[in-house]
Amino acid sequence: MNLDIETGSLALSAFLFAVGAAGVLVRRNAIIMFMCVELMLNAVNLTLVVFSRSLGFEAQVLVFFVMAVAAAEAAVGLAIIIAIFRHYELVDVDRFNLLRW
Amino acid sequence: MIETFFFLLFAVMAAVGAVMMIGSRNPVASLMYLVLAFFALSGIFVLLDAHFLAAVQVIVYTGAILVLFLFVIMLLNLGHREEVDVRGLAARLVALVAGAGLFAFVGALVTRGGRATIAGDAGRQMVEALLASRGAVGAVAEPLFTSYLVPFEVTSLLLLVAIVGAIVLARRRAP
Repeated sequence: MNLDIETGSLALSAFLFAVGAAGVLVRRNAIIMFMCVELMLNAVNLTLVVFSRSLGFEAQVLVFFVMAVAAAEAAVGLAIIIAIFRHYELVDVDRFNLLRW
Repeated sequence: MIETFFFLLFAVMAAVGAVMMIGSRNPVASLMYLVLAFFALSGIFVLLDAHFLAAVQVIVYTGAILVLFLFVIMLLNLGHREEVDVRGLAARLVALVAGAGLFAFVGALVTRGGRATIAGDAGRQMVEALLASRGAVGAVAEPLFTSYLVPFEVTSLLLLVAIVGAIVLARRRAP
């Protein structure tokens, strides 16, 4: 019974990671790409939680750190998006070319 | 049995939320599907005995980070943009193939390696004893404030840098 839920969670986390990666590839809105990255981080968190049951609770500490880093990343990334939006009036990543020469 | 039922329920909620997130045109709808997926993930955390992380998932992720996303969508006034930002057919095919390949690869890797790891009962009994003796919060807090104290403090520094960086980046330049 427990093995079922754990194996299913691992499969679910692989699925969520794949969906997040596909979303980064298929969308052009920078904010939605960020949301897909958050989804991928959460898929990794789910894997860590599954393994924390058999390998010890240090994995959950790692999940805690992942959440803190995700919060920092979201704050800085959204600030960058706002700064770019002020300049270009759009959030379409195909039309940003300020680092392209 | 009831655990399996709730696991299936939450897994379907998470999967549907994730797929609808990358499929829906409106950024606000997209964000709401992501909220659904994260709530379902927190339910799965409860089923996996990670009660503290389930609470943190709802409070920090759904309550703070996703609301931050919602604020930015609102601030940039993107909620009613009708213009489609999904890429064309070629990019969709590439994404489908890459996603399927990634799912097969990561799934095989994780479940195959995972079956060997989660099969052992000794570790699980140790974790259950730890939960019984310390409680859900104490079991996470004890390693966090002993062996991982330095990374914890460094994380606080990282958050400070992120706050300052976000303010500096998003500040309106003086004319």
